[in-house]
Amino acid sequence: MYAMREAIAGVRRAPVLIGLSSGMVGMALFVVGLFSLATYNLQIALAAIEERVEVVVYLRDDARQSEIDHLLGELADYPEVSRVNYVSKRDALERAQRELPEFGQLFVDAEVNPLPQSLEVELRPGNRTPDVVERIARGARNYPFVEDALYGEEWVDRLFALRRIGFASTAVLGAAFALVAALIIGTALRIAIFARREEIYIMRLVGARNGFIRRPFILEGAMAGLAGGILAIVLTYTTYRGVYAYLFEVAWIPGGWVGIGLLAGALFGAASSGVAIRRHLREV
Amino acid sequence: MIKLTHVSKEYPKRGYALHDVSFHLKKAEFAFLTGHSGSGKSTTMSLIHMADYPTSGEVRVSGFSSARMTGRDLWKVRRRVGMVFQDFRLLPGRSALENVALVLEVTGTPRKAIQPKANRLLDQVGLSGKAGALVEELSGGERQRVAIARALANDPYILLADEPTGNLDDRATRGILDLFWDINATGMAVLMATHDLELIRRYPHARLFELDQGKLVYDSAAADTEAS
Ligand SMILES: Nc1ncnc2c1ncn2[C@@H]1O[C@H](COP(=O)(O)OP(=O)(O)O)[C@@H](O)[C@H]1O
Ligand SMILES: [Mg+2]
Repeated sequence: MYAMREAIAGVRRAPVLIGLSSGMVGMALFVVGLFSLATYNLQIALAAIEERVEVVVYLRDDARQSEIDHLLGELADYPEVSRVNYVSKRDALERAQRELPEFGQLFVDAEVNPLPQSLEVELRPGNRTPDVVERIARGARNYPFVEDALYGEEWVDRLFALRRIGFASTAVLGAAFALVAALIIGTALRIAIFARREEIYIMRLVGARNGFIRRPFILEGAMAGLAGGILAIVLTYTTYRGVYAYLFEVAWIPGGWVGIGLLAGALFGAASSGVAIRRHLREV
Repeated sequence: MIKLTHVSKEYPKRGYALHDVSFHLKKAEFAFLTGHSGSGKSTTMSLIHMADYPTSGEVRVSGFSSARMTGRDLWKVRRRVGMVFQDFRLLPGRSALENVALVLEVTGTPRKAIQPKANRLLDQVGLSGKAGALVEELSGGERQRVAIARALANDPYILLADEPTGNLDDRATRGILDLFWDINATGMAVLMATHDLELIRRYPHARLFELDQGKLVYDSAAADTEAS
């Protein structure tokens, strides 16, 4: 295919230029790669914390068994709820003695068990959000035999804020550096177009279609972008291995993200060279 | 084939390069376009080639109108009109064959047909032995022949030549004109711009247009009908 042959010839004609621009694009995307790595690992860490998000409904001592069963059924009927556990006063005391041995004796000596009975509401993954837990807690508080319903408002909110920040900063940074990458490729391609302006002129003179003239340049841009993407992945992976070996255990970003990164590199390269050649053809 | 109707071309600040020019060049005609330097010959050529558009009036080239031409469709005109320049405009560092083959490549000739056709075109312009020679290794006359072979590659209806012999000596000039007549004999229209009146006098059968300060002051076809 002509476009492919010409694109490869274009890279051959100016290997330093294309190589340098690929390298710079690689560095730009490398920053994005590092951020992805950080965000992804933050996500994993947050997911582990998130699993522990639950609503605890404390019941008054005088709640009747039928009332408790009724509430348990109601709570279990929420689509977001995966499981509801009943914890009796005795269970609560045993758990406290097990988990807090320092206070164990104190509890045993007490005449009466001070701990309330409760319902522990576990949520399905994806539903451990501030508004879901808030809604369930508010619903439970309406029952007269419910003392209170708690879910650790503050840290649930903070958890989600942290997640949003992680995502937003990766998105913003990714966009910014992708733009930088596009500008670099666009500039390199403008130089390549300038170097071949005579040929482009002749091609138009003798009746080549615009699309035909454009294609090799767009392909060349896509190849530069793809090369930059591959370089970024190699660099990111090397960094990942280094961190894993010498600092702490981290997870490698999912293959889908890598694929999207490569595709984005190629697309941005194609798009920015497309803009450059389009502009050139409009001017001459 | 080529029809100019009340064509004017105004350059900002420079004024009119062409003023109300009308003529009709028919199929298989051979015509010279003459006039002093700056009279508007190159402007006329570039309007026909649609490298530029008239300020007013219309240029029609084998069915295409300057009034409706866009960058997207330009290639259609370019494939019907072959163009040759005084300065050849060949790609340096490439052989004669490669310069001709480029046209065939970019206009979608099947790959296998490119080499034979390029060679045939070089034969036609009398350069069969020079196919592999780089542009830099060719004489002026030979370079112009390569440019002509390139212009013919799309099998155009018209060959435009803007001062094609301006850089050539007398012998090479004669050779190029003989070639133009041969090409014209195959049924292709030829329009050649030149300020060389001596040269024109040698070909009294050709049609002659003369421009003076952007105005068409003489058309031999019109003069003939007036005389009769
Ligand atoms: N691109 C341009 N911009 C401004 N003026 C131009 C341009 N091209 C030609 N002209 C002017 O138009 C007139 C005709 O030029 P041209 O067609 O090149 O004449 P010729 O080819 O007969 O020598 C001249 O006065 C020239 O200076
Ligand atoms: Mg001129």
